[in-house]
Amino acid sequence: MLIELKNIIKNYINGDVTTRVLRGIDLLVDEGEFVAIMGPSGSGKSTLMHTIGFLDRPTSGEYIFGGENTENFNDDELARIRNARIGFVFQSFNLLPRTSVLDNVMLPLSYSADKKSHEIRAKRALEAVGLGERINFMSNQISGGQKQRVAIARALVCDPKVIFADEPTGNLDSKSGATVMNILEKLNKEGKTIILVTHDLKVALHANRIVTIADGEIVSDRLVPDDERVHSKIITEEE
Amino acid sequence: MEDFKKEIKTTTKDLLARKGRSFLTILGIIIGVAGVIIIISLGSGAQSLVLGQITKLGTNLIGVLPGKSNEKGPPTAVFGVQIKTLTIADVEAIKDKSKVPNATEVTPYVKGNTTVVYGDENIDTSFTAVYGNYPRITNLELIKGNFFTDEEGRSGANVVVLGYDVASALFPNGGEIGKVVKLRVSSNNIGNNSVNNSIPFRVIGVQKKMGTAAFQNQDDQVFIPFSIGQRQILGINYVQAIRVKVDDSINVKVTIDDISRVLRNQHKITNIDNDDFSVRDLADAIKLLTGITDTLRVFLALMAAISLVVGGIGIMNIMLVNVSERTREIGLRKAIGATNKNIRNQFLLESIVLTLSGGVIGIVFGILVSYIVALGARFAGYDWAFIISPIAIILAVSVSLIVGIIFGLYPALKAAKLDPIVALRYE
Repeated sequence: MLIELKNIIKNYINGDVTTRVLRGIDLLVDEGEFVAIMGPSGSGKSTLMHTIGFLDRPTSGEYIFGGENTENFNDDELARIRNARIGFVFQSFNLLPRTSVLDNVMLPLSYSADKKSHEIRAKRALEAVGLGERINFMSNQISGGQKQRVAIARALVCDPKVIFADEPTGNLDSKSGATVMNILEKLNKEGKTIILVTHDLKVALHANRIVTIADGEIVSDRLVPDDERVHSKIITEEE
Repeated sequence: MEDFKKEIKTTTKDLLARKGRSFLTILGIIIGVAGVIIIISLGSGAQSLVLGQITKLGTNLIGVLPGKSNEKGPPTAVFGVQIKTLTIADVEAIKDKSKVPNATEVTPYVKGNTTVVYGDENIDTSFTAVYGNYPRITNLELIKGNFFTDEEGRSGANVVVLGYDVASALFPNGGEIGKVVKLRVSSNNIGNNSVNNSIPFRVIGVQKKMGTAAFQNQDDQVFIPFSIGQRQILGINYVQAIRVKVDDSINVKVTIDDISRVLRNQHKITNIDNDDFSVRDLADAIKLLTGITDTLRVFLALMAAISLVVGGIGIMNIMLVNVSERTREIGLRKAIGATNKNIRNQFLLESIVLTLSGGVIGIVFGILVSYIVALGARFAGYDWAFIISPIAIILAVSVSLIVGIIFGLYPALKAAKLDPIVALRYE
């Protein structure tokens, strides 16, 4: 089992007011799964993703990642896990401005313990998302869809076990969004575990499992039958 | 190491991408460092200039000033306090070969302000009243005529030697020698000399052009015999200073002791602590002057260093703006695996690169300005040395490095402490 969450609780304390965002989440995700986490805004789905992605710590509960209990990990160890085992794709891309596509993709490697062949690995990741030709473009010279593909290449470059995508198509038109979803599907087929956070059912239906969350609790957890699944094609006219 | 080089390269690229702001950020540092370099360089140049001029006077000169002083401080007379304890009798006693064997020339010395009048022309200047041996004591040279003789000096003949500027102002067409000018009597003395407030003098010589030495224009003065200057122009009966030439500079210390003994005897002083005079040689004067100019230089350099601190605060200010502008970037970097230390180092390195480059630009700018000033001073006829002390450069570099670390640390720590999700959500 790659991810095991046991009774995860997350409270935000603001003065005297305690907001209970996650109220006891139990979730198992196996390697190679494509899980969509759905829920309305304020349901706690982003907090859940941040917790699974080691950007945030739960108030209580047990989180076992790849067989390791992460409860007592310090900040540096969490940074190392985020660097080596996890890749993030954000709704707003978060590329560095005034920086080339290649340098953006190489960025996670500069924090990794492995000091070798950064450029080759970054180029390979860019080829995997179909941007092998644009490595020297500045990050602000490319379209939104291309930006998100650069972000996926950046998430891939350290060869992580799992990719977290937080509304990856939220800022894209439908054609670019389709291309991004196609890439995520492809990565899943190649064995990457993908955890997708979305409020859009059409996007969620790319996954093979949909976990729905409301008011900090899982309200449904179902596998998507093959005939319901949506598969996107790369739409080449995107440019 | 390879990594570090790469990081410096990235940081530099980053800073160059915001050229305008980076330059404004380090302007304070540039000005501060340039200020320190310029002040230290000009201070050294001026000091060597003054010391060079003093040394040129010769190292076998002794000055006697009224009033007690300790070894390290200047005599009180330097501050313009009138002390009347030295008299012409003291001068005669020092001239006694049996008591002060190594003194070859002795002259009393008074100085004051006067107006020299010739026909309709008049010029405000200062006069020095001395004995006729004065040119043998200092390196005074004439281009026309002669200095007054020992006899004229002692008897107080009405003769005058004009400084170069005085001569050219009063006699633009030459022909000074033999002309009669009038010197106005000091206003303190008018009461004693109520009938006539100026005294005629015959011009017997003109001094060679000397330029400025020790911040005084040596060409704007006149020389007259001692007693007439003392009694009739100033209306005093004491001596402002005594100048003594020693046969050889190795006998200077012995002669200082001899003179002190003579003067104690003259003034009936039994305890050294009650001395009412100071006997100094040029070595003392040089030491004293160096001490004063050194203090002045350190003080000025400190003032310039304050601007470095102000510059440092400017750096901190911009770095804080920088951190908040790049909050999302910090969040992203953390999300993809940067540790707190990575982030701290990134921002610290940025401020260090900023201040160091400010330091380097400041050094170059400072050296340039100092060089131009030295060129200008030489062009104006001064024997000005262009001195850049390596210590000033080392100081400037290390201070700008320290400023970068100190004022960069707080913003860097602030960046490192940012919570990644808060940072990612930051708009």
